[in-house]
Amino acid sequence: MITATASIPESAQERMVAPSRFGDVIFRWLTLVMAFSVLVLVILVGWQLWRNSSLAIHKFGFHFLNTSKWDPVAEEFGALPFIYGTLISSLIALVIAVPLSIATAVFLTELAPMWIRQPLVSLIEMLAAIPSVILGLWGVFVMVPFLRLAVFPWLKKTLGFLPLFTGPIYGVSMLAGGIIVAIMILPIITSVSREILRSVPDLQREAAYGLGATRWEVTRIAVLSYAKNGLFGAVVLGLGRALGETMAVTMVIGNTPQIVASLFAPGYTLASVIANEFTEATTDVYLSALFEVGLVLFGVTIAVNLIAQLLVKTFVNTSAGAVQ
Amino acid sequence: MKNVMEHESTISADTAALHAMTDAEQSPAIAFEVNDLSVWYGQKQTIFNTTIDIPAQSVTAIIGPSGCGKSTFLRCLNRMHELVPTARHEGSIRLFGEDLYAPKIDPCVVRRRIGMVFQKSNPFPTMSIAENVIVGLRLNGVRDRAYLDERMEKALRMAALWDEVKNDLNRPGISLSGGQQQRLCIARAVAVEPEIILMDEPCSALDPIATAKVEELIYELKKQYTIVIVTHNMQQAGRCSDYTAFFYLGRLIEFAKTEKIFTNPSQKQTEDYITGRFG
Repeated sequence: MITATASIPESAQERMVAPSRFGDVIFRWLTLVMAFSVLVLVILVGWQLWRNSSLAIHKFGFHFLNTSKWDPVAEEFGALPFIYGTLISSLIALVIAVPLSIATAVFLTELAPMWIRQPLVSLIEMLAAIPSVILGLWGVFVMVPFLRLAVFPWLKKTLGFLPLFTGPIYGVSMLAGGIIVAIMILPIITSVSREILRSVPDLQREAAYGLGATRWEVTRIAVLSYAKNGLFGAVVLGLGRALGETMAVTMVIGNTPQIVASLFAPGYTLASVIANEFTEATTDVYLSALFEVGLVLFGVTIAVNLIAQLLVKTFVNTSAGAVQ
Repeated sequence: MKNVMEHESTISADTAALHAMTDAEQSPAIAFEVNDLSVWYGQKQTIFNTTIDIPAQSVTAIIGPSGCGKSTFLRCLNRMHELVPTARHEGSIRLFGEDLYAPKIDPCVVRRRIGMVFQKSNPFPTMSIAENVIVGLRLNGVRDRAYLDERMEKALRMAALWDEVKNDLNRPGISLSGGQQQRLCIARAVAVEPEIILMDEPCSALDPIATAKVEELIYELKKQYTIVIVTHNMQQAGRCSDYTAFFYLGRLIEFAKTEKIFTNPSQKQTEDYITGRFG
């Protein structure tokens, strides 16, 4: 009798103790290591780029970033045209791809009849699966001639008063590069935007419908405004892709390191110059300069992402109130 | 803006007429005449041949166990069920004699005339308290700032929220507590001065104090509006409604004055549900 009553609290106590915390500990460390390995990888890549470009950094200093001369024979290297080319081609890509992608995502989540949604989504995902070099080939043999013969002359005629659309037309150009990048970032922006629009609670839509809003009004006041932080994130993701896009751009942008206002003129991007020239980089300084181009690309990408995140925090959030 | 003003004046004329009628204790005017309504979602029928006349200037509660079709029925009254792509219906619904489903009628206009408050409060998170209230008026094209402010204050007062938020009108709507958010949604619905307000379990996510406030509000709103409220809570139906409709398995079992339903129901099923024998 006594032993029985004594054993009850003991077993109760046993039940309070977690069966085994071993699994928990392992799980925690495993995920921690995984999470940090990403960070370590990024830091290692940055460090390697820095180390390999130290020769060029010492030799050219800050002039590497603000001069335009790229002369491997004379061993003079300035990366400004590449930075310019990367930023401008990405900007063109965003200007074209963002409205298209978001409109597509709105159509897919809000307007399209049910039966057509899944096939369209699959098509867009297929676009993302096309290898970059194939798009580049298509760019060289189909898109560029079409732009040269039809689109650019028309642009020159109608918008020629802008310095952006002046000068000789070669076909391969900054604008062609921007368009091909736009095609490449369309799927990612569309599918991320679509997920974000789908995550808008139906209650929000119903609130607007309940006030007698039309479909467009519902999309505007309930869906897009609710989703704007997320949509901004989708755009930033697309921009990150655009900055680093290499193969297809290299094939259509013309690969001429120059800074001119006209979008019909050929340009050059950071990623393209590395891809094109690293096999020819015979001298140490040349190779080191290419590494520094890589470092700059790395830096530009990270800076753009940070600025974008900062923008989201300061502008979108305060005016919107926290979206839960 | 002109339209809204005209609209307003016709409503108040109607209201006066209706008051005269109730004062004289005549049988009340009918807001909704629902005739032989059946509703399907895809293959599944959720409402069966329902005929009911919902009186104006009073609160009608719709009760019944989960899945009995009461929300669907409510949503048919302002054509919200049409948002489900597979939904279809037969039968007719008239509002003050006008067929809501006539081909020339725009569902958006129907929903402007018949406001709705939902189960979970759903203020627009990107809008301030003030913007949330006047968003409906803005949709109607009202731009006059002073007029909007006036209507906003009126709606917030009606929703018994003005005193709590008058100094924080520019704060986000979702910074309010759950009960306040629901009253904000009621303010948003009444700001456009609809003829009818539909409420789909408006208190199911609220604590008892917030519920009491919303119920008090329903009692106040009844003076000007016809209210149809779906509720799971039978005490609530008993407390704040004039008429009660009991739905079971998609059929209207009984519709009568609330006192009668709760004290002397004519159907066995109603009695079983009210006394808690099932549901």
